[in-house]
Amino acid sequence: MSMTATAGRAHADPHHIGLVIEHPGPAPKRIVTAYGFWVFLLSDIVMFSCFFAAYAVLVGQTAGGPKGSEIFDQRNVAIETVCLLLSSFTCGMASIAADVRNRFWFYLGMAVTCGLGVVFLAIEFREFADLVSRGYGPSRSAFLTAFFSLVGCHGLHVSAGVLWLLTMMAQVFAKGFRADVLRRMMCFALFWHALDIVWVGVFSVVYLLGSGV
Amino acid sequence: MSDQAHVRTERDLAPGEEEQHSVGARILGYVVGLVLALLLTATSFFIAGTDLVWQPSIPVALIVLAIAQMGVHLVFFLHITTGPDNTNNVLALAFGLLVVFLVVGGTVWIMAHLNANMPPMDQIMPMRR
Repeated sequence: MSMTATAGRAHADPHHIGLVIEHPGPAPKRIVTAYGFWVFLLSDIVMFSCFFAAYAVLVGQTAGGPKGSEIFDQRNVAIETVCLLLSSFTCGMASIAADVRNRFWFYLGMAVTCGLGVVFLAIEFREFADLVSRGYGPSRSAFLTAFFSLVGCHGLHVSAGVLWLLTMMAQVFAKGFRADVLRRMMCFALFWHALDIVWVGVFSVVYLLGSGV
Repeated sequence: MSDQAHVRTERDLAPGEEEQHSVGARILGYVVGLVLALLLTATSFFIAGTDLVWQPSIPVALIVLAIAQMGVHLVFFLHITTGPDNTNNVLALAFGLLVVFLVVGGTVWIMAHLNANMPPMDQIMPMRR
């Protein structure tokens, strides 16, 4: 009795340990997609760490130009930080709404996220324009080069995130909560939360620690 | 064959994905994360501008607060847990952190030593002539 039955089971239990593991096959597409995007985000964070390292090395090299404490405005940075933090929260609300297929709360959450992202970008752009107009552009000193490349790189990521956000709203409007649209929404939420994590490093290292140098 | 136990392997969770919760429980998670992150942010800005604490401790405090806030974001917004369905996500994160610490720590370490052991640039330039 057991011979034929065991032969049939041999594939499921190759080492005869008495446990039959039913292999579920390849993971579903949403897990594969999100995991691939997670690995991309981690490599993006590794790229940011190079900019952080450059900033840490060059923060004292002001070449007679302004120091961090002379050009940073803590109040602006605090407003930017609160904007990004709240937008991370509303982005989470929008992804919950997308999971339960609620269009109203999805559009509302995404619209608030977009608004907060735009306010963040406006404050940052005004800060950059103000610095350049005072002659403190990225070519003034090694410190300012490192500052503009690190903070500007994060700003470019936020700009790309806002464009992606608007694309997601348009896709939900045109196609509804299809499986592929929900996968993209999941990747967008990961991207937006990761940007907020990078910003925690930026405001701590660049603005708060940089003011003490 | 009845002695063979059937073990169903559970699906993993995608990064950012939560276990099955009600909508209310999920919103509560984000609210807790937001409150904790706001508290840590406020503490950072307060510490940076205050005279109340011993001044040399401020940089260390700021770095500790930043790492704590990144942890809050990872747990409450990105839903990274220690559960078995999250192992792949945590391992990828651990490798990413290893590279980040190698890059930042290695750069700061090496460049600080170079900076301390090399003469300033205005003394190097005459040597090259």
